[in-house]
Amino acid sequence: MMEILHTILNGLMSTLRDVLPIAAIIFGFQFLVIRRAPADLGSVLAGFVWVVVGLTLFLIGLEWALFPLGRTMAAQLTDPGFILGTAEAAEIALGTGAITWSDYGWVYLFAFMIGLSTTIAEPSLIAVAIKANEVSGGAIGAWGLRIAVALGVAGGITLGCYRIVVGDPIHWYIIVGYIVVMIQTAYAPKLIVPLAYDSGGVTTSTVTVPLVAALGIGLAETVPGRNPLIDGFGLIAFASLFPIMSVMAYAWLSEVALRRRERGAVE
Amino acid sequence: MIRFFDRFFRVMLDSIRDLTPILLVVVFFELAVLQQPVPNITQMLIGLVFVVLGLTFFVFGLEQGLFPIGESLAHDFARKGSLPWLFVFAFALGFGTTIAEPALIAVSGEASEIAAQAGVIANTEEAMARYANGLRLTVALAVGFAIVVGVLRILKGWPIHWLIIGGYIGVVIMTWFAPREIIGIAYDSGGVTTSTITVPLVTALGVGLASSIRGRNPMIDGFGLIAFASLTPMIFVMAYGILI
Repeated sequence: MMEILHTILNGLMSTLRDVLPIAAIIFGFQFLVIRRAPADLGSVLAGFVWVVVGLTLFLIGLEWALFPLGRTMAAQLTDPGFILGTAEAAEIALGTGAITWSDYGWVYLFAFMIGLSTTIAEPSLIAVAIKANEVSGGAIGAWGLRIAVALGVAGGITLGCYRIVVGDPIHWYIIVGYIVVMIQTAYAPKLIVPLAYDSGGVTTSTVTVPLVAALGIGLAETVPGRNPLIDGFGLIAFASLFPIMSVMAYAWLSEVALRRRERGAVE
Repeated sequence: MIRFFDRFFRVMLDSIRDLTPILLVVVFFELAVLQQPVPNITQMLIGLVFVVLGLTFFVFGLEQGLFPIGESLAHDFARKGSLPWLFVFAFALGFGTTIAEPALIAVSGEASEIAAQAGVIANTEEAMARYANGLRLTVALAVGFAIVVGVLRILKGWPIHWLIIGGYIGVVIMTWFAPREIIGIAYDSGGVTTSTITVPLVTALGVGLASSIRGRNPMIDGFGLIAFASLTPMIFVMAYGILI
């Protein structure tokens, strides 16, 4: 019991350390430059307390409930002994066998599902989805946006894992991704474009980064010929590029569906 | 009071719904693939309760604290009409929230190890600490710069895609010249800069600004600040890698 309290207190301190500079900037400008208390100061301050307490519990809970298991899974799934069975792993150790990219099926499945599910739970994405729903007057459903982003992250991380396995240089993937984004920008509904660009940055924070980083570094450590320090990075970049594409695709698809429905109604 | 609890439970149900997929994935891989005993199941269950409560409180505080203050600041700045102060604020918000970002501290530490191994810097504690701090400062400057540019864009009503495409071209050009070891880190640094507290504040700031300036559409002009904040660090970090 004492131990739990101690952990909570420690977590609270570290969240406070993260929030304090932000609060100092916000309230510093509010009082020194604007020189007017915000309406409902008490309620806003209470909101900050909720955020601090909420984030603290959230992070402690993740550390207790999900991260250890997620990391163990990432480590075990990337272990050559698991991927090939012991006999073949021994051959590879002797230099007589070779792993091909298709041996990593479980890794890709895990990458896809962990990308999808962690993104759904990502608090900053929830925040942006709430705001987008509110600003668009309900036209952009919070849930649809989050599913689109999550599918993008899942696809991105899966492709990123494939890249680590085959060892391609990352920049070709990113450059091709940029070209796709530019082409989509030309065709996507105008309203969605800024939101789509934003959704690239919000996907990767509290929940996704620790698990995805563990997966990338675990893969780069165990795939023969990869350097974890060079090849282990880059998954986050994939996870922030692909949602841009999936959100624009989602908006484009829903526009097409709407147009088809309208045409059906006319006929 | 009853309304409060009503809202509280609704947010909590949402949180449970949001967290169910992760739980399913973990349970599936545990049962289907790995089949190893779970250590410390009590702690895991308590942790789950914490995660649900934490997410609930966070969303609660978001709507009560972070969103309103971000928007009211934006409105106040727009009414005050002092551009220099708005830009100082935009820079301070970007710089200040990034320099203390734990994910960034972790990534810059790892980056300094890579640099030491690659022989870019001396393999001593001191050189590595200096390199890591330089990197953090670089990223924080990049984010501060990004928010300033993003705010300027909202004020002017520039279409976002030209700026983003310009940024992409910048990234591609820098990739050409940057040392190979820094590229992966540079690409990742774009994603790690935007924390859970910064995102709602910056979003509220953008939307608030766009809705208080006449002729701006909050949907088209209000979003996009985060996109800048995740693009400029890539360029700045590669520049750092070239200079060092």
